[in-house]
Amino acid sequence: MAIILVILVVFPFLVAAASLALPNAVSRYLTIFAGVTSFALSLLLVPAAADHAQVVVGSFLRVDALSVVFVVATAFLYGATGMFAAGYLHLADGASGRRYGRRFYAGINLFCWSMLIAPIVNGLALLWVAIEVTTVISALLVAIDDTDGATEASWKYVLIASLGLGIALFATIIMYYAGTTVFGAAYNLSYAKLLAGASHFPPNVVRLSFVLAVLGFGTKMGLFPVHTWLPDAHSEAPTPISALLSGALLAVSFYAILRYYQIAVRSLGSAFPRNVLLIFGLASLLVAALYLLSQHDLKRLLAYSSVEHMGILAIGMSFGAPLAIVGVLLHVLAHAAAKGTAFFGAGSVVRKFGTKDMRRIRGGIGALPWSGTMLVVAVLALSGMPPFGVFRSEFLIVEGGMSDPREEIAALMVVLITLAFFGLSWYTTRTMLSPEQGPSGEGQAPALPTPPKGEVSNWIVAAMLAGVLALVILGLHPPAQLGHLLSRASAELAVVR
Amino acid sequence: MAAAPSTYAGAADVVAVLVLLTEFAMLRAPLLRSQVRLYAFQSLVVTALAVDIAVVRHVGDLYALAIVSFVLKVVLVPGLVLRLLGDADTDLAGSSVLGVASMILIALAVSAFGFFAVGSLQVHSAALPTTALAIAAAVILVAFVLIILRADVVSQAIGFFSLENGVSVASLVVAAGLPLVVEVAFLFDLLVAVVVFGVIMRVHHDRAKTLSTKKLDRLKG
Repeated sequence: MAIILVILVVFPFLVAAASLALPNAVSRYLTIFAGVTSFALSLLLVPAAADHAQVVVGSFLRVDALSVVFVVATAFLYGATGMFAAGYLHLADGASGRRYGRRFYAGINLFCWSMLIAPIVNGLALLWVAIEVTTVISALLVAIDDTDGATEASWKYVLIASLGLGIALFATIIMYYAGTTVFGAAYNLSYAKLLAGASHFPPNVVRLSFVLAVLGFGTKMGLFPVHTWLPDAHSEAPTPISALLSGALLAVSFYAILRYYQIAVRSLGSAFPRNVLLIFGLASLLVAALYLLSQHDLKRLLAYSSVEHMGILAIGMSFGAPLAIVGVLLHVLAHAAAKGTAFFGAGSVVRKFGTKDMRRIRGGIGALPWSGTMLVVAVLALSGMPPFGVFRSEFLIVEGGMSDPREEIAALMVVLITLAFFGLSWYTTRTMLSPEQGPSGEGQAPALPTPPKGEVSNWIVAAMLAGVLALVILGLHPPAQLGHLLSRASAELAVVR
Repeated sequence: MAAAPSTYAGAADVVAVLVLLTEFAMLRAPLLRSQVRLYAFQSLVVTALAVDIAVVRHVGDLYALAIVSFVLKVVLVPGLVLRLLGDADTDLAGSSVLGVASMILIALAVSAFGFFAVGSLQVHSAALPTTALAIAAAVILVAFVLIILRADVVSQAIGFFSLENGVSVASLVVAAGLPLVVEVAFLFDLLVAVVVFGVIMRVHHDRAKTLSTKKLDRLKG
């Protein structure tokens, strides 16, 4: 198993370096190969992590059941996005197109590499380093299109996310401070050590560190009120990058919060960390549900849906029941598949119609019989429709929440998810399903003429098929090994003093 | 042995106060150039703290860290930003949303909040100075004031770098025992972040022909 970890840490990095030298036509297939290989390798980690407590390589690499969940989610999107990018990217002829392609392929592989290593490295300090690396690489990728919108979005993103990570670094230092009371002035922040000593840490210091960590990493996760960079970056970045930001990057930041949660629960008992996550989660879900009702930009709509789902993750953790935590971890996987697929579909629509404004698009399914249909499927899956993975995970979260003494929170969550469902599905279904060149509302720009029927690229259809397949598997019959993995990860998180 | 911690704590407190004062000076500095120079001075003080801790607590690793930090934060980063300013001959004075007096008053209030909030944790550690940690928290909050109230990319970037200086002070007094590889990783990350800030600042300047952030208001809702 150790060799798999080493390959996952080294191989995507080498591919990124090679993309700088190789012709773009080769990088294109190499990226797909790297992504699919990483996903296959991550699946090989599942049985090992479900059976053994942890896999450790040297003093820097370590995975347990919790980290493998996030490795699988990221690696899946790595492969799918590789395929999507092969169909989405239209490089201009000549030197500028070659330069763009080299930057893009090197950047996307490096971005996926940084998101893969974040759950694999051992210790809070290295985790922070890995997440900071994800920020700087993705900020450049957001800016890569060199438009006014992309420049504005990337400046907001790099500034706000860096400030958030500045706070997260302060949280790391404070946690180190808490540890010095047990381990003395010199030790490393490895998980095994922190978890073993956590019950003796001074509670006030752990409390401060946990709140700062939720605020700091929450900035990158997209929790209200520090989510403000998210809709801009998601809508202005090239669509493959949007899919990775939404499906994988937010989840990796959530993983960092879970690591602090794990320590805080052992030190403080579960009440305080759960309440903190509840406040951030409810606020995010409420705000996102309201914003979803008034979005006309397809990619911004999906971005606010990410804020909504991150809120659901935080609320799910706040229920504290092992069942709800299994639901939260399943939700990470299902959200990655659903949001990836939805962004792929959005990319296909934008390429076909040349606009992100949903008021001007009509007859989407007529023009895009495969990717248009699958976009509607992905949006319905995101809204929690059976038989897809998100339905199962949200069902588990709500069921876990009903066992909580404060069961009205679960009820409130269901109401807000329903509200978000209306916002999310209203415009998208109208855009995709309504007849071609139907009447548009008063005072609006007229609907664009529907382009001729035909897919933009078969690669896009393949990537979306992979996502829908994953959603159906997660929803109808998740593999037994995956079930073990999630239960084990939930047990690691739910230990209560 | 009994005297060493107190000298050390005293030195750490002095350095932390100097860093905080520099942060206030940045708030009132109208010219972008003087802001960058103040940042270089602040980084120099932080580097001096690293050397001091290396001597007092015999942490050999910290010498290496001090050298990297000097090269990076005192020479390289200010140099890069000054070069960007040299290329952009427009708007050399930063633009603030509020007057200097109101900014300083706000900064005083938030730094007092940070100082007493961390102080109220009531942790008495024999090995580590808590006062310097509380001042570092104040530095971080004042850096936020600087970033929020200045409307140009250079001030905002310098605000982020100086926030990092505040965290560095905290990490030096509290976490000097972290393995060197981790400390160097922190600094390397800062270097990459600086390069990325520089690239995006340059792209912004090339497109907007200004360093002001006033035009960055297209994306909303």
